[in-house]
Amino acid sequence: MSTMTSPETKTTQVFRVYIKASPQAVWDAITKREWTERYGYGGGPEHDLNKTGPYRLLTSEKMKTASIEMGYPAPEVAVDGEVLEIDEPHRLVLTWRMVMDGRLSAEGFTRLTYEIDEVPNGVTKLTVVHELEGAPMLAQLIAGEWEGQGAGGGWSWVLSGLKTLLETGTEMVHG
Amino acid sequence: MPSEFFHAPGSGLTCDYLVTYGGEVTDDDDRVFKALADSTRRSLLDRLFANDGLTLTQLESVLEMTRFGVMKHLRVLEDAGLVVTRRSGREKLHFLNPIPIRLVHDRWIDKYTERRVSALVDLKLQLEKETGA
Repeated sequence: MSTMTSPETKTTQVFRVYIKASPQAVWDAITKREWTERYGYGGGPEHDLNKTGPYRLLTSEKMKTASIEMGYPAPEVAVDGEVLEIDEPHRLVLTWRMVMDGRLSAEGFTRLTYEIDEVPNGVTKLTVVHELEGAPMLAQLIAGEWEGQGAGGGWSWVLSGLKTLLETGTEMVHG
Repeated sequence: MPSEFFHAPGSGLTCDYLVTYGGEVTDDDDRVFKALADSTRRSLLDRLFANDGLTLTQLESVLEMTRFGVMKHLRVLEDAGLVVTRRSGREKLHFLNPIPIRLVHDRWIDKYTERRVSALVDLKLQLEKETGA
């Protein structure tokens, strides 16, 4: 009946950032490739995330180059899954599986929820909840624990980049 | 105790938000630095770093402090955005939100370490020029 996880396993991670932008702008920055290419890992959805059903996030040129440099083939797809719920511009629920790496792919689908709430003074609160049951390696990656190995800083890094882009109109310079 | 003892989500942070990228201190940064300037609150964050998604009861079990003391500290951490709470059934779980620390790091720490690195690079170039290397 309950979805409670054992307190000793870190299976859900929550990230929250406040952005001086409208909920719609935040929604677009998450669901449209013209925006997703400009922060975090780059790349983005094959099609705008505007209806339920299967989706794929395609890799960016940077991700392909990095993969080739590490001796792997250039992957076309970074993430696959299904859009489970859409309530533009407030809530988006996806299943989410990283397929660039066989070990991560083998961990199977995780569940990702974006909650977008308007708070006073033109500020939007974005909360990302990543449910990572059975995906301990992905949990490390998205917590930024592999940043030193060139794997990016996970959600903190991605969402900081999103905030900078929406507030200043320019990409975060480093990372 | 009023039922809204735990303030509505988002009521504290950034209500008087200023977007500043020119180097001025924001109120958000103030909240983060103040929240971190206390060893009890840092130990709460460490506890959540080790095991995320804990209840108040689980958090207070590691501290020699009354429940109200722990709640007060958690409130400061929530106001700074460092802790986010979510309901799971009848329980309220506390999660560590690393993003405010990341933002403070990007705005403040990177700035000074970069300068130090570039000063070293300048020194190296200067020395190489002098020795004709």
